[in-house]
Amino acid sequence: MICSVTDNALSIEKSDPGRRGLRAKNPLRAKANIPAGLRRKAAPRLPELSEFDVLRHYTRLSRLNFSVDTHFYPLGSCTMKYNPRFNEEAAALEGFAALHPLAHDSCAQGTLELLHDLAARLTELCGLDAITLQPAAGAHSEFTGLLLAKAYFEDKGETRTEIVVPDSAHGTNPATASMMGFTTVNIASKPDGRLDVAELKKHIGPKTAVLMLTVPNTLGIFESNIEEICRAVHEAGALVYMDGANLNALIGIVKPGELGIDMMHLNFHKTFSTPHGGGGPGAGAIVCRSHLAPFLPVPTVKKEGGKYVSDFGGGKSIGKVKAFFGNTGVLVRAYAYMLAHSAKEFGEIAVCSIINANYIRALLKDMYPSYSSEHCMHECVLTPGKDMLDKGLKTLDVAKGLIDRGFHAPTIYFPLIVHEAIMIEPTETESKETLDEFAAAMKDVHDTGVADPQSLKDAPVTLPVKRLDEVQAARQPNLRW
Amino acid sequence: MSKPEELKYTKTHEYVHPGAEAIVGISDHAQHEMGDVVFVELPKVGQKLEKEKPCAVVESVKSAFDIYSPVSGEVTAVNDAVTGEPALLNQSPLEKGWLFKLKPSNPAEADALMDWAAYQDFVKQAAH
Amino acid sequence: MYIPHTEKDKQEMLKAIGVPAFEDLVKQVPQKFLWPKFNLPSESLDESQAAALLSGLAGKNCRPLNFVGAGAYERYTPAAVKAVTSRTEFLTAYTPYQPEASQGTLQAIYEFQSTVCALYGMDCANASMYDGASSFAEAVRAAVRVTGRKKIIYSSGVNPQYMDTLKTYFAHSPEYSYVKVPMKDGVMDKAALQGLLEGAACLAVQTPNFLGLIEDMSGVSDLVKKAGALLVAAADPVSLGILATPGEYGADFAVGEGQSLGLPLAYGGPYLGLFSCKKEHVRQMPGRICGMTKDKDGKRGFVLTLQAREQHIRRDKAASNICSNEALCALSATVYSALYGPEGLKELAEANAGAAAFAAERLSSLKGCSLKFKGPFFNEFVLSVPGSAAKMREKGLARGVDIGLPLAPLYPELGETLLVCATETKTEADILKLADAVKEAL
Repeated sequence: MICSVTDNALSIEKSDPGRRGLRAKNPLRAKANIPAGLRRKAAPRLPELSEFDVLRHYTRLSRLNFSVDTHFYPLGSCTMKYNPRFNEEAAALEGFAALHPLAHDSCAQGTLELLHDLAARLTELCGLDAITLQPAAGAHSEFTGLLLAKAYFEDKGETRTEIVVPDSAHGTNPATASMMGFTTVNIASKPDGRLDVAELKKHIGPKTAVLMLTVPNTLGIFESNIEEICRAVHEAGALVYMDGANLNALIGIVKPGELGIDMMHLNFHKTFSTPHGGGGPGAGAIVCRSHLAPFLPVPTVKKEGGKYVSDFGGGKSIGKVKAFFGNTGVLVRAYAYMLAHSAKEFGEIAVCSIINANYIRALLKDMYPSYSSEHCMHECVLTPGKDMLDKGLKTLDVAKGLIDRGFHAPTIYFPLIVHEAIMIEPTETESKETLDEFAAAMKDVHDTGVADPQSLKDAPVTLPVKRLDEVQAARQPNLRW
Repeated sequence: MSKPEELKYTKTHEYVHPGAEAIVGISDHAQHEMGDVVFVELPKVGQKLEKEKPCAVVESVKSAFDIYSPVSGEVTAVNDAVTGEPALLNQSPLEKGWLFKLKPSNPAEADALMDWAAYQDFVKQAAH
Repeated sequence: MYIPHTEKDKQEMLKAIGVPAFEDLVKQVPQKFLWPKFNLPSESLDESQAAALLSGLAGKNCRPLNFVGAGAYERYTPAAVKAVTSRTEFLTAYTPYQPEASQGTLQAIYEFQSTVCALYGMDCANASMYDGASSFAEAVRAAVRVTGRKKIIYSSGVNPQYMDTLKTYFAHSPEYSYVKVPMKDGVMDKAALQGLLEGAACLAVQTPNFLGLIEDMSGVSDLVKKAGALLVAAADPVSLGILATPGEYGADFAVGEGQSLGLPLAYGGPYLGLFSCKKEHVRQMPGRICGMTKDKDGKRGFVLTLQAREQHIRRDKAASNICSNEALCALSATVYSALYGPEGLKELAEANAGAAAFAAERLSSLKGCSLKFKGPFFNEFVLSVPGSAAKMREKGLARGVDIGLPLAPLYPELGETLLVCATETKTEADILKLADAVKEAL
């Protein structure tokens, strides 16, 4: 990141009354018949800038950011892999970008064919039967999945009100459950980080709707008892939902469907390389077994007599979780990524991401011991060593110290079951050299921290701003100009 | 308003100043552990609370903490000052930073709680 | 394939890890699950092959002259917008959880929130939601949380997809009831409102409504407030360049679809949910919120704030499960609004309203066709046609013009009608082509 001249003025503070940027000309002879009573009284308080002012302002802002293209982001469970530039070109093709979502099917054959093929490839990769591409993100997919479960049980005439999650679960799992009116039952993990199957069996029964399980789990450990887990859940008449955030560890080497799950979600902005954009847009999907297929959101894409059609289902659908088909622009990017990978090459993704995570774990083991004594899958959870903790250093200080050394911090303080957690997911697109540099930086943070703890507590010092007062921001919110 | 010795404490670090109109808040240890408080959500006047059930929420920047009522009773007053100025909870948890007052439905409940000496031991034990 | 590892790299790394082979790293996975067969192409495509395939697919989408709106609007995306959003520092940045490394994204979000407040006349806005429909659903959920009531009154002019999404968000639970305010001349029958608001959580309205008509909101918020309910308003952001704002007519929550601010149609997404509210409801806002603050040296900076409301902290007590926002889309909309500015947005709104008015004038003069409603409209209008609207649409498409959306499936009470939309992208020649296509289809 090049830290250029920064004025940190807001666009509106650079405003000059009367200055104009873009114009919208209206050569048509007709004027709209909108009486004064329906018009806004005051003009919106927006900046008055020239086009150049605007472009310079946002270009300068961009240079204040870290990004995957400029920095290594070892964020656990976020899968910050390379976002292929080709994907962007694919999505920008006019034929895709200009298609109205309510276009007649006959005008949308290209997009419908793409979506149909994407759906087929994804169900095959996951080893499941059916799919919806409507959700806009991971959390949105979880929401969709729980709606499917609810509809499934209602169809059977059963009332089930509980969702079971391990205490290592991502916050969206219980939040989604709560949104839907379910109660969340938390199961304590075993010391090795895995789901305690005995505990699970004690807490499931006729009230259980779904077990939500991340595989591998948020510690980067595979749930080796997955068959037993799925069996127990099915015996209780409930469903197994696999949170697919960690699919990068399994893609191409395991078919999640074969593990016994009933459904899973996908995050296209993780395993499937679509860009994060500073926090979105992403896209999600639910892939499921056929017994859940009748309830999927509508429309889906079907092939009938050589043509592709929008299918609005047989009446059991849960309805819509957003307007129109889905985040198609993101799905086109994912499709471009699919074209670039054979099944074997998908397997290479899992292999190299697992090797990378274990390599980091090995390089850092003396200074940042791993929570688990086992090999990890595509991510590892570490903690600062005793020598660092004894000096009063926290994971937060490690994170800020790394930023000063040109690396984005890993995920910190998650999963909640690990004290002072540092979760590192290198992804398969990072080379050995980058990982060696990262390990060197982590060593430097350790050495500096132990010798002079305050210097880490002051970090970061090389960025446009130092540590920000988040207390003030929350106590006296200033949310707009 | 309250000296630590006058209060009774729960295992979840709330205190109650027993009386016909009992005062409830969080201990100094609790506010220190939570860090800077940014928001407090209080129960409503007239609300009926149950012992050991969540009745309020205190938020720091990175966490949210459920506050469990030390005793059962009906809320008679809430401290609007902490809603407006959450920092009071850090600065003066036993005095200006009280959370709410209630009319206890069962005065014996307070007797079962820890006194100041027992609470100090409890905190020391928990630190190991 | 984007993996850098050579065999040599892998061997060195395995050695450092202390295992002889990769298989030793996946011992946790039962052997029977490893290395299944996939029924997928055995060869991937190289970039030029993929480019050819994708071009071919894109080419199979026809590009008629488009006059369909109904919740997604064809706008021109200025080059400067694309120049900003394609900057890799914005495109490949992550969520700003480490604020010191993300001041670009954070300041942009703050400016986005401010833009939404300015357009909608409201006090606060969040960092965006998935789309207009889910924003609308979350606003109604907020009204239900605040009032504790479960009856939802809604105008017939609310986008049917928004209502579908709302009902899905409530899991079609019979706990919630939905009462439609009757339609009068295409708009909400205000006279009928009073009786319906008793015990309601909210009144949900949309203006311009789904049929393109502008609702007269005077007096509505008073009625709603008197009943102890909240007012949820959905509005197209471009229309707010000239139309009365939700803030002006007393809305508690104001939502909208930000796609209208120059995002590509892209067959449905990614779009941009706009969510704003009055100051007193700020903690009811779901999702991410950015705030201005200072760093330890007193320098201005931006952070995600009020995070303790969100899923990663509150978990099952969060207001919503939403984790991400549509950051890049929000940036796009912010730059779009800054490029036009208040004067430009006014011109843009007038150009859109003018295009629709011109199209309405031309089409209503055709034999057998008439404007269904007389009231003022913004970007689209309802045209009554003498035959099957669906068949007419097909005939139009055969001539390269998508003349509008047949409304019978959504509003059967209106008979054979088309919802016709003309945006600022349509020239006079385009609209004359539209008129010809409709005429030929009669």
